[in-house]
Amino acid sequence: MSTEVKINSPISQDSNYILKPKNEEEVSLIVKDLYKKNLPTEIIGSSSKNFIGNKLQCAKILNLSKLSGIIEYLPEELYIKVKACTPLVEIEEILRKNNQQLAFEPIDFGYISFSKSNKGTAAGYLSCNFAGSRRFKSGSVRDHVLGFRGVNGKGDIIKSGGTVVKNVTGYDLSKLITGSFGTLIALTEITFKVLPKKDSSSTLVIHEKNKEKIAKLFDNLQSSSNEISGSIFVPVEPNDKKYTKNREKIFKFNDLKNEGSFLAIRMEGSKKSIDERIRGLTDELNLKDKTKSILDVHQSLLFWERINNLELFSETLNGLVRVVVPPSRCIDLMKYLDQNYKYYIDWCGALFWIEISGMDETKLLKIKDYIITLGGYVTVIKNPKNLAPIKDIFTIDETRLHISKKIKESFDPKGIFNPGKMYRSI
Amino acid sequence: MSELILPKIDKTTILSRDKIIYKLKKITKSENVLHQDDEIKPYETDALSAYKQRPLLVVLPENVQEVSKILKYCNEEKIKVIPRGAGTGLSGGALPLNDAILLGLGKFNKILEIDFNNKCVVAQPGVTNLSITHAVQHRGFYYAPDPSSQLACSIGGNVAENSGGVHSLKYGTTTNNILGVELVLMDGKICRLGGKTLDQEGYDLLGLICGSEGLLGVITEVTVKILKKPQSVKAALIGFPSIEDSGNCVTEIISKGIVPAGMEIMDKALIEATDNFCKAGYPRDAETLLIVELDGTTSEVNELIKTVSEIAKKNNSSSIKLSKNEKERLAFWAGRKAAFPACGAMAPDYYCMDGTIPRGKLSQVLKEIQRLSKKYNLPVANAFHAGDGNLHPLIMYDGNNKDELKRTEEFGADILKYCVKLGGVLTGEHGVGIEKRELMCEMFNDNDIQQQLKIKQSLDEKNLLNPGKVYPILRKCAEEGRVHVHRGENKFPDLPRF
Repeated sequence: MSTEVKINSPISQDSNYILKPKNEEEVSLIVKDLYKKNLPTEIIGSSSKNFIGNKLQCAKILNLSKLSGIIEYLPEELYIKVKACTPLVEIEEILRKNNQQLAFEPIDFGYISFSKSNKGTAAGYLSCNFAGSRRFKSGSVRDHVLGFRGVNGKGDIIKSGGTVVKNVTGYDLSKLITGSFGTLIALTEITFKVLPKKDSSSTLVIHEKNKEKIAKLFDNLQSSSNEISGSIFVPVEPNDKKYTKNREKIFKFNDLKNEGSFLAIRMEGSKKSIDERIRGLTDELNLKDKTKSILDVHQSLLFWERINNLELFSETLNGLVRVVVPPSRCIDLMKYLDQNYKYYIDWCGALFWIEISGMDETKLLKIKDYIITLGGYVTVIKNPKNLAPIKDIFTIDETRLHISKKIKESFDPKGIFNPGKMYRSI
Repeated sequence: MSELILPKIDKTTILSRDKIIYKLKKITKSENVLHQDDEIKPYETDALSAYKQRPLLVVLPENVQEVSKILKYCNEEKIKVIPRGAGTGLSGGALPLNDAILLGLGKFNKILEIDFNNKCVVAQPGVTNLSITHAVQHRGFYYAPDPSSQLACSIGGNVAENSGGVHSLKYGTTTNNILGVELVLMDGKICRLGGKTLDQEGYDLLGLICGSEGLLGVITEVTVKILKKPQSVKAALIGFPSIEDSGNCVTEIISKGIVPAGMEIMDKALIEATDNFCKAGYPRDAETLLIVELDGTTSEVNELIKTVSEIAKKNNSSSIKLSKNEKERLAFWAGRKAAFPACGAMAPDYYCMDGTIPRGKLSQVLKEIQRLSKKYNLPVANAFHAGDGNLHPLIMYDGNNKDELKRTEEFGADILKYCVKLGGVLTGEHGVGIEKRELMCEMFNDNDIQQQLKIKQSLDEKNLLNPGKVYPILRKCAEEGRVHVHRGENKFPDLPRF
């Protein structure tokens, strides 16, 4: 146990603002005490994504960063079991050595604040459930969590799931806690499903700016049997000084010849299969007369890394929102955004990352209302400095809020974990 | 059959039967409320037909408002409700109770929307799994999860059970393939979870509902993802002289970075049974048979099937056949898909288990099953979804012999306990239901179960929705029965089960 928490002493001494347990038993002891004393507590790992969600002011901070390390990795069983706050880079490194990966393609949120990598911990990543570009093919974070252990708001150690993919024994709590922003449970252990890395990858870039054509291309790509694993549209930035023009700098590649808006398509697999699929797509999408570039494996890897690092929004002082819409509505949102916002589209038209200058509650709500009419939702990722707390960081309707409150109570009856992090009442 | 412990009967409800019938007839059409003996009889059991219970009455609502009103009424009057889809479940999840209304979703049988633009289909819960694929295949699409009962099982039931199939290693189970549901809570509240977006924000309530076995709400609409059919599908049929060799081959295929669409193992007993039953042309000299199916782009499939053959040879395969066309590929599967009826032809009764183990423990678990087979003096044949570790041992016995029945149940429970001991789980795709309820404490401790019960309580305070399922009533690890089939008198004898 760290100096902040002493064994056999009252854990909740006021001087011990930050509690740093070393193992699951200590987490349980601490939470039992917090529960008894009814102390609102902020749960943190490495704080890499702490800026997402409502700001908290809690009596205590439960820092789980000492719960770190790989517990069990069986490449042939396609899973890795880790302590909750194992750095994601450590997990990715060991998987890389075995030619495996977390197929949901973790996003690196470090760049949008400090222009450098800061991927944070496994638990932090699970708590946010934000998957990268491969999501539309491989699923989200929640689809790759096989099981977990953790401590609920009463201090009870609980577990759910296991290490196998096919498991219908009891409620699927792994999904429920994924994306719960630490409001249900203090995680202590996570088992992720892992998958083989493909031998190679290539990116076909189509230089196109016409919105209707882009939407049509996205639609055709989703219907293609040429197996793509990434598809994004990056328009040119608006002609507005409030938005940094870094697009050309970020996507400076030897083989990316043309300037201007582009749609990029990733293919992964064997070299032979990729070449075949590029030919297949060229025919299928009628691309013969289009201006195209092809990025080889080296450029392709870097290209998608930069996309999933959100480098387009590096150190932005503007607001940043993540918007998910039904893919067919991407054309409507593109028209709505027009040249007034800096954005790019991922997941074959289903995900928008939008930078909003001068974001205040009025401006945000206006966009949000429109997106809700499209059947989508908005999550505020970056709330600019000096801006009063925004009420609606997340999108929720009344019925789901009602159920969510009940679920919250079942895990954390006194509401001590990250109170108000997602919604004011949860 | 072992005596089944059921929730305490509420005599007040039974005495109020006439009043309840009257009230329900005000909510839905009179003919939708079934209460005569001959009308109720077909609903006495689901596909775990060893257990039968007469429901208080059966109601077949026609729309979500009716479902909402029925549940609200039952909640207010403290009447238990058992939701039921097509009744093809193998774990007794839809087993009625004498003092409960059986709420059948059979009239919710329409596909509401085929949305090719968003690559999804919106269906009522009573629509069968296969009819979704039928509705979209003309444009080259399909719905991925393919439980063996897909011809008859309903999509609502698939959501309740989180059904899998032979392709779940690559394509996931139901939970990975649905975008949204409409459901009604026990208090009558109608909720929409998800929609046509890939992700949902906030608590993953959709993920919680999927696989909750009808304990948290009644599903009245499902939105599923549809996928484009792969360019090419090929299969390899590989014989091995030992369990170890086939197990090692599976491990090496995965280690080489190949994720087959399907990977099935059958043991010698099942090879012989199926070959006798449907002349599948399987290598009868092999100890185990492995079917590997690969799909994707043409050149990728061609490359991978070559690699799989090489791996098989390296692991001492005794025979390898590669499918040259679609007809041959389907022929490879014919025997595997006849596994259940083939066992039915070999013994008066068979009894199907459903545990999942880590793939690498295959030979270990098969050896233990053989040891137990000798111990209990009962023959067993094994089918195994090797790709995802889901094991279906089929124990053959004579149900008329009470001692044999008792031994069968003990044998089955021992297998599941061993699966858990090896790091596996009690059920991979059939659900807990009443069948494995008392074995839950093999996997979960009191804290784990209490947390799950609190979730149940938070959405169904009075414990009226499908009570007595999934969670142990007496908190003991009794050995209860599982899928028993007597003289082929399966509830759905024509449904393939694999």
